[in-house]
Amino acid sequence: MKRTGSQIIWETIINEGTDVVFGYPGGAIMPAYDALLDYHDRVHHVLVRHEENAALAADSYYRCTGKVGVCMATSGPGATNLVTGLANAMMDSSAVVAITGQVASHLVGSDAFQETDMTGISLPITKHNYLVTDLKELAAVLAEAFYIARSGRPGPVLVDICKDVQQQSIEYTPIKHVKVRGYKALRKPMNQDLQGLIGKAGALVDAAKRPVILAGQGIKHANAHDEFKVFVEESGIPVATTLLGIGVLDEDHPQNLRMMGMHGEAYVNNAIANADLLIALGMRFDDRVTGNLKMYAKNAKVIHVDIDPAEIGKNVPADVGICASVREVLPHLTEALDDSQGVAKYADWYGQINEWRGDTQAHDVLSFDLPTNMLIAPQVMRIIWEETGGQITVCTDVGQHQMFETQYFQHRRKNQLITSGGLGTMGFALPAAIGAKFGNPQEEVWAIAGDGGFQMSIPELQTVIQEGLNVKIAIINNSFLGMVRQWQELMHDRRYSSVNMTAPDFVKLAEAYRMKGLRASTIQEAREVVREARAHNGPVLIEFVVEQETNVFPMIQPGKALNDMTRRQITPEKKYMPASMGGGMDDLK
Amino acid sequence: MLIDRIEARKNPTQHTLVALVENKPGVLNRVASLFRRRNFNIDSLSVGMTDDPTVSRMTIVVDASKTSASLVERNLYKCVDVIEVLDLTNVPSVIREMALVKVNIADTHKRGEVKQIADMYEARVVDVASDSLMLEITGTEDKIDAALKILSDYGIKEVVRTGRIAMARR
Ligand SMILES: Cc1ncc(C[n+]2csc(CCOP(=O)(O)OP(=O)(O)O)c2C)c(N)n1
Ligand SMILES: [Mg+2]
Repeated sequence: MKRTGSQIIWETIINEGTDVVFGYPGGAIMPAYDALLDYHDRVHHVLVRHEENAALAADSYYRCTGKVGVCMATSGPGATNLVTGLANAMMDSSAVVAITGQVASHLVGSDAFQETDMTGISLPITKHNYLVTDLKELAAVLAEAFYIARSGRPGPVLVDICKDVQQQSIEYTPIKHVKVRGYKALRKPMNQDLQGLIGKAGALVDAAKRPVILAGQGIKHANAHDEFKVFVEESGIPVATTLLGIGVLDEDHPQNLRMMGMHGEAYVNNAIANADLLIALGMRFDDRVTGNLKMYAKNAKVIHVDIDPAEIGKNVPADVGICASVREVLPHLTEALDDSQGVAKYADWYGQINEWRGDTQAHDVLSFDLPTNMLIAPQVMRIIWEETGGQITVCTDVGQHQMFETQYFQHRRKNQLITSGGLGTMGFALPAAIGAKFGNPQEEVWAIAGDGGFQMSIPELQTVIQEGLNVKIAIINNSFLGMVRQWQELMHDRRYSSVNMTAPDFVKLAEAYRMKGLRASTIQEAREVVREARAHNGPVLIEFVVEQETNVFPMIQPGKALNDMTRRQITPEKKYMPASMGGGMDDLK
Repeated sequence: MLIDRIEARKNPTQHTLVALVENKPGVLNRVASLFRRRNFNIDSLSVGMTDDPTVSRMTIVVDASKTSASLVERNLYKCVDVIEVLDLTNVPSVIREMALVKVNIADTHKRGEVKQIADMYEARVVDVASDSLMLEITGTEDKIDAALKILSDYGIKEVVRTGRIAMARR
């Protein structure tokens, strides 16, 4: 059958199982948008208000569904607006295909109107990219793009398609099998002897007295939650998760210590720092989870399992490095466990961890004596968690509220937390909520953003309205770029430079968008507005006016070791004292 | 000055990698961009065709004291257009470089001396001018370095060297 290039684009997207595309039209992609009209029964196009948000929504759609997220933009400014979203997908390994229009093939290289070198620009922030100047290649390239995006370590792939290629026609048969000569989704290092490595890993586990499992997002990508849980329970070893690994194991699970790293609880980082064995599964030892590498878990042997061979040994040398999908490795690791394994084997180790844990609770700001007319961000997270029974999808932005969410919202299952980890992209929450709601329309979806990050994505409120999406949007308004302010308080003597944030009247803003708007500035009101928002069948924007200088603790300051944490100061009467009231912090060695 | 640079470059920690890559536009850019982005220290990179018109061959010399050759290899494999990577460092192989050297010979009776040196290094005279000779030298990096060192006594006007190319013996 004859098809135009534009029709091949839509038919490939549909064949790949993606039913929503986030995008924005313009000159060079107009043929594709024309063809869209004939496919609207099989694929829904969401008109975002800025292309960056198309890429971020597609990223979130992938994380929630496992289906490749697709975003589309025109050449030039449309395509360059995708850049931050692509970098976000690259850092967090999200399968996204970005389709951009390009000037007609005979104009490429001539600085034509709205011509930018998108394959050049996106080279370091995509897993792979293509410029299609010849229609004969289009079908194969698109099929390859989806295959590369989702296989192995997932990532974004950009396909830049010349306008004339979209317009011409060619004989087309859908491509069923993709084979790329150089690309092997799972390229194991030469001579990797899996059985031998499993044996060595088993021996390390056997010998360890203070082991910790470091669980990352790779477990989600591999869909290995079941295999992971079996390994965790049979081994009896405590688990710490990365930010993106949150949800690979119920946070209520007795072996789950919860999040590690810069704002992980002190007992989690203490456990890692004092471990004699780390079992790293689908994680990459980012600097935010290791602190100073020179002082990182000095006495620990390391077993590192990752699908990406370039990650093994990159930051932390591995005693046993296994390059494979965790899903393939975990059953073997479980099998290699000795009968003596189980939580009982580590009674002393858990005892020690629990000792540290008790101390952590004493530092919990919610155990402080808080004035009743004051609302602090941690309370908001706790209230949203309590009121929703923890059974919602939360899309957080970047900053203090993002870290408070991890501390005060306990996640029960996978994909409940959608957040920007590696890139830390402010403005992520709202487009992510849009992507998540399209991915799982039955799910209750909340965006939780700071007053700063939210002001980067305000235009998408109209996308929410235009699409009739029932998402709840919580703005944690501390009148500051809070996380930067916190660093200035701690590391720059409270010299606040360009962190004061003013904001519009958010309730009126909601009303201007014909959306329900609510505001809360006490605990009492916070609980009421959460209830009211949930009872309302439609989108709601809630402004939580919170104490301005509440810090996220504990915190590993840059350059410090993992267990060299700064903590909230405890005053004798346990009065809550942010910096504005003369309070300080403690160094915990 | 040239000699100082040659001395400074002598480096026992050099690793030679060979990458077979798709013969498509932009592949060299992808590989070069990878080295830049990962801050890999590359001493030389040469690209050429192979017997298969769809495949090009890159010879990459890595300074392993600054960059782990195995990390370079593993990252190369992440480039979709890289088909295969071989580390020839510990494999018996033939390694060659070529240089063109223009030697000053204002004093014409020194011509014979320079030709003798050229013979010693199996270099060929490829061009003669009234005040200079151009030599073509092929061989290992060490051999070319040694020839240049001696020729520099006569005054070198201009040098161009290729990057390293390598092939395993078996
Ligand atoms: C696009 C972008 N610009 C700048 C930053 C640096 N940054 C990290 S956190 C932060 C403050 C965020 O403030 P807000 O959104 O109000 O959240 P809060 O920390 O107050 O909860 C900034 C500016 C970033 N991560 N992303
Ligand atoms: Mg703020």
